[in-house]
Amino acid sequence: MYLYSLTLQRATGIVCAINGNFSGGKAQEIVVARGKVLDLIRPDENGKIQTLLSVEIFGVIRSLAQFRLTGSQKDYIVVGSDSGRIVILEYNKEKNVFDKVHQETFGKSGCRRIVPGQYLAIDPKGRAVMAHKSHTIVYSICGVDCGFDNPIFAAIELDYSEADQDSTGQAANEAQKHLTFYELDLGLNHVSRKWSDQVDNGANLLVTVPGGGDGPSGVLVCAENFVIYKNQDKPDLRAVIPRRADLPAERGVLIVSAAMHKQKSMFFFLLQTEYGDIFKVTLDHDNDKVSELKIKYFDTIPVTTSMCVLKSGFLFAASEFGNHSLYQFRAIGEDPDVESSSATLMETEEGFQPLFFQPRRLKNLVRIDQVESLMPIMDMKVNNLFEEETPQIFTLCGRGPRSSLRILRPGLAISEMAVSELPGVPSAVWTVKKNVSDEFDAYIVVSFANATLVLSIGETVEEVSDSGFLDTTPSLAVSLIGDDSLMQVHPNGIRHIREDGRINEWRTPGKRTIVKVGSNRLQVVIALSGGELIYFEVDMTGQLMEVEKQEMSGDVACLDIAPVPEGRQRSRFLAVGSYDNTIRILSLDPDDCMQILSVQSVSSIPESLLFLEVQASIGGEDGADHPASLFLNAGLRTGILFRTVVDMVTGQLSDSRSRFLGLRAPKLFSISVRGKHAMLCLSSRPWLGYIHQGHFLLTPLSYETLEYAASFSSDQCAEGVVAVAGNALRVFTIERLGETFNETVVPLRYTPRKFVVQLKRKLLVIIESDQGAFTAEEREAAKKECFEAAGIGENGNGNVDQMENGGDNEDDPLSDEHYGYPKAESDKWVSCIRVLDPKTATTTCLLELQDNEAAFSICTVNFHDKEYGTLLAVGTAKGLQFWPKRSVTAGYIHIYRFLDDGKSLELLHKTQVDGVPLALCQFQGRLLAGIGPVLRLYDLGKKRLLRKCENKLFPNSIISIQTYRDRIYVGDIQESFHYCKYRRDENQLYIFADDCVPRWLTASYHIDFDTMAGADKFGNVYFVRLPQDVSDEIEEDPTGGRIKWEQGKLNGAPNKVEEIVQFHVGDVVSCVQKASLIPGGGECIIYGTVMGSLGALLAFTSRDDVDFFSHLEMYMRQEHPPLCGRDHMAYRSAYFPVKDVIDGDLCEQFPTLPMDLQRKIADELDRTPGEILKKLEEIRNKII
Amino acid sequence: MQASDRFNINSQLEHLQAKYVGTGHADLNRYEWAVNIQRDSYASYVGHYPILAYFALAENESIGRERYNFMQKMLLPCGPPPEREDD
Repeated sequence: MYLYSLTLQRATGIVCAINGNFSGGKAQEIVVARGKVLDLIRPDENGKIQTLLSVEIFGVIRSLAQFRLTGSQKDYIVVGSDSGRIVILEYNKEKNVFDKVHQETFGKSGCRRIVPGQYLAIDPKGRAVMAHKSHTIVYSICGVDCGFDNPIFAAIELDYSEADQDSTGQAANEAQKHLTFYELDLGLNHVSRKWSDQVDNGANLLVTVPGGGDGPSGVLVCAENFVIYKNQDKPDLRAVIPRRADLPAERGVLIVSAAMHKQKSMFFFLLQTEYGDIFKVTLDHDNDKVSELKIKYFDTIPVTTSMCVLKSGFLFAASEFGNHSLYQFRAIGEDPDVESSSATLMETEEGFQPLFFQPRRLKNLVRIDQVESLMPIMDMKVNNLFEEETPQIFTLCGRGPRSSLRILRPGLAISEMAVSELPGVPSAVWTVKKNVSDEFDAYIVVSFANATLVLSIGETVEEVSDSGFLDTTPSLAVSLIGDDSLMQVHPNGIRHIREDGRINEWRTPGKRTIVKVGSNRLQVVIALSGGELIYFEVDMTGQLMEVEKQEMSGDVACLDIAPVPEGRQRSRFLAVGSYDNTIRILSLDPDDCMQILSVQSVSSIPESLLFLEVQASIGGEDGADHPASLFLNAGLRTGILFRTVVDMVTGQLSDSRSRFLGLRAPKLFSISVRGKHAMLCLSSRPWLGYIHQGHFLLTPLSYETLEYAASFSSDQCAEGVVAVAGNALRVFTIERLGETFNETVVPLRYTPRKFVVQLKRKLLVIIESDQGAFTAEEREAAKKECFEAAGIGENGNGNVDQMENGGDNEDDPLSDEHYGYPKAESDKWVSCIRVLDPKTATTTCLLELQDNEAAFSICTVNFHDKEYGTLLAVGTAKGLQFWPKRSVTAGYIHIYRFLDDGKSLELLHKTQVDGVPLALCQFQGRLLAGIGPVLRLYDLGKKRLLRKCENKLFPNSIISIQTYRDRIYVGDIQESFHYCKYRRDENQLYIFADDCVPRWLTASYHIDFDTMAGADKFGNVYFVRLPQDVSDEIEEDPTGGRIKWEQGKLNGAPNKVEEIVQFHVGDVVSCVQKASLIPGGGECIIYGTVMGSLGALLAFTSRDDVDFFSHLEMYMRQEHPPLCGRDHMAYRSAYFPVKDVIDGDLCEQFPTLPMDLQRKIADELDRTPGEILKKLEEIRNKII
Repeated sequence: MQASDRFNINSQLEHLQAKYVGTGHADLNRYEWAVNIQRDSYASYVGHYPILAYFALAENESIGRERYNFMQKMLLPCGPPPEREDD
């Protein structure tokens, strides 16, 4: 089995972010690392975050830094990754790519302790270094701003060499962190250790303090509970970080992210704690003498990994889990607030006196945009619960109060601008400009069965009657013709409205009517009933002149004229579709006018045709620098979109591709997307064909069925679409281009763990659990107390059921979503079981578990005595603790009965077990539970579950159970899969095969009788299969391999499964499922990851494709090595050698290569670049 | 040092041991081995952000706190060393 791996949704979480002017202009840009993807994003003038560039680097990005050469206007990016190399990148604005400026190898690849790469520090005047020393743990490094003197770097270091030698543990207790300054002597090109001083043992982060002429220089050392200012030969200044009043005493306060803002006259720091509170830190200084360090409470936002203060007055907050946000500064914390200072630091016998504060609503920041993040995906199921054309992906995302159920649908999101009712049911709609140089459209023309309505676009859209259009007849086409006149084609003729109001009318001969029209700005072709074509051209004086006639063999089904090429008089091609299942290309050149250039037969009647220029390669911000190719698109009656390349010279058709779009014949319309030609296809759902970062993408829109559409451009909406559906006129814009999915969010209460789908009732049952949090009642009480103390009065959201409807609830003074749940002791758990109707996004039942119980596993089960029908089993643990040793008070399995048609739950009984039941599964009318290392079979009793059979031979802890016939596939937390069998007559469970590789399983899925798919903690996806002969032997053996089982092999089962597929995804895969995302498409493996990405693995069906793609992958590896210097093959084989998986993400970088390189690779493969693009498109279309 | 010494397997090993922390040797005891493995593991967790996030989810801590905890544990991952027998 060979698989093609393709990322469907790139990681949405952020590892780190930096800001600067990377394109060299005035614009403030942000570079974010999303694990293995490097993105360049920018807030636009409306404060919406736009992605300019997104590059997969096939490596682990661990750190980012930006620097600017003195006197330059442009920032460079330094990337520290697992490649053992440091890479300097420059953003190339013209080509929209990152150019590698420099690459320096310094060590082995991989995230190793002894090879630098984890930290990067930049000298504020422009030089990079990485600190690293033997027998030393480095916590943080940063550059010290010392003007133009020799660059100095600071590091927090901890020497562990003595602790390793001292058996009494005294050395370890006395181990002291040091702040060390390293100086790079530019003259000698030599680094020397300049200064070292003891520093608080809780130190974890360094922040550069401006120096030179701008400030006092030195560093801020962020430590647990403190911020300390330190500089060489200067006294320390220490201030406590204020604590939340409700924080348990044993918890410290740690700074997790920091940002510095520097203006000409002042500078300040924003430091965020692990609870989300931001503090503004300022230094009172006189030249280089610092007199006071102040820490003032600023605002509270969800915990970030990085914060970027942009010069334009924005704060970009890259959240560690959940959506990222863009905030605007309303103030910079000048108002009085809780403030701690080095001057007022009080030291008592118990240490330094703490200072308390209460988080409040945002005062200095206001959120203006959000960037969706699925991080972390905890569980996922693909199912067509809503009975739409394509299945939906249900994902459980986020953590704690920011958790959510997100329903993903393949397609682009749209935003509806206006919907207005029309007096009848319209059949078509057009928009026209009055003059070719106009920026915006002047009229919207709507055609009905027997009338035409003209609406003028201005401040408002209103009906007009002075436009010159004939309104007593339906229209077939309306467009701008020549430079400034309008044309209306109706069944009986062509009405040509000149700019000065004169009207020329051309009437059809006899009783024949016009059935189809094709036109561009200078040419018009009409088809009369019976199959006659008449061709008109606009002459020099702007008159529409009849040029040629042509009798076709039968009625014309559709026709289109290619747009007039730049600088030409006319377009050469006319495409005519006929009812005999053919498309003909006719010439419109004067010398061979109406000659047939080529004929293409298609599978069914073409109903709509469109010529589209596609420039499928990169260049410019998202455009092309390569010659465009002209595509003829045809919507066929069977719902297939047929695309073929038209030779610009001969008109020959080649290289055809087809795709099923929906149940209706697609109608094709030309619109513009980002100033480029794009195609709207209206089948049973709308699709958009457009260019995004060099790829031609054909993506569904998440919108209802539309009848007819036209591009729309006005003052309020530069690039929109006007469409008709039913009796309404709709105006909308298409958002977030380039994204594969759009999502619907349903907020949840706690970190979701797992869920099950009740297929028949279309309900989800979700279990949510959080450690170290107070129960809902306790939280309510604390909140009330806090408001009373603050004198705000009772206006918290008193209703417990409303708690997760958070989001942007402005009335809620302390929404948990924003501030996080108050921290409780780590042995406290809260948990709930929720029944959710995804269609209406309503929770029909919510059971909070009591007494520190937390739910970890769930399944539905039908016991063989059908007394209750389907029951719900939930595995819980009471008082679970991980540190210092994993311990649990008790485990339980709850059995619930569904009431009210599945909408609510009733507890039948609860059975205590001796461990945490992490896996549950139905098996032959009984319940299988994995409790620690024990696999046990239960039957339903009146008061409790009854033990029937068990096997205690599993190595560590069972985390997944799947069954098929009499086989049971058990996943162990550390030791991969175990294949088991149950013998009913002997009532025995035994393991007949296992894996010889210790895999730390995170996700698993049953593929077929002998095959399992799994994912491990280190980011690998793998398939194991029981060899066919072994499988047969076990099935045929009357003892079921039991005799052999008693022997065992390699401390395990007698048989071993074989690894058949192995691939390093580079991200912890948390869920795997086999599903098909397109109607009628083959099934593929879909997986979701902790970083919030979704990917697919598709099995190849032909050997030719395997050969083609493995060769393409090989050439891509050679000719286009990953950006950050990691070897591609080594990356995909990071833990185990990659086996039988072809990396589609690498292959899909083919269109981004320069044209000559594309040709070179294509030559090696004996194909043309176009054919390779077609192959890539085809295989992607098989997946999504 | 003679030219032949440089290619001697022992001197090569010594060179490796000096250069790369954690390179094993014949007299490596159980404790030293475990300490190295543990430190390497923690370093790997800190280096691989998704794994760090995975731990942070399990323990309901912030990723920054989790990173700090792992770094702190690198000091003495297996407790104090055993008493030397030969001393």
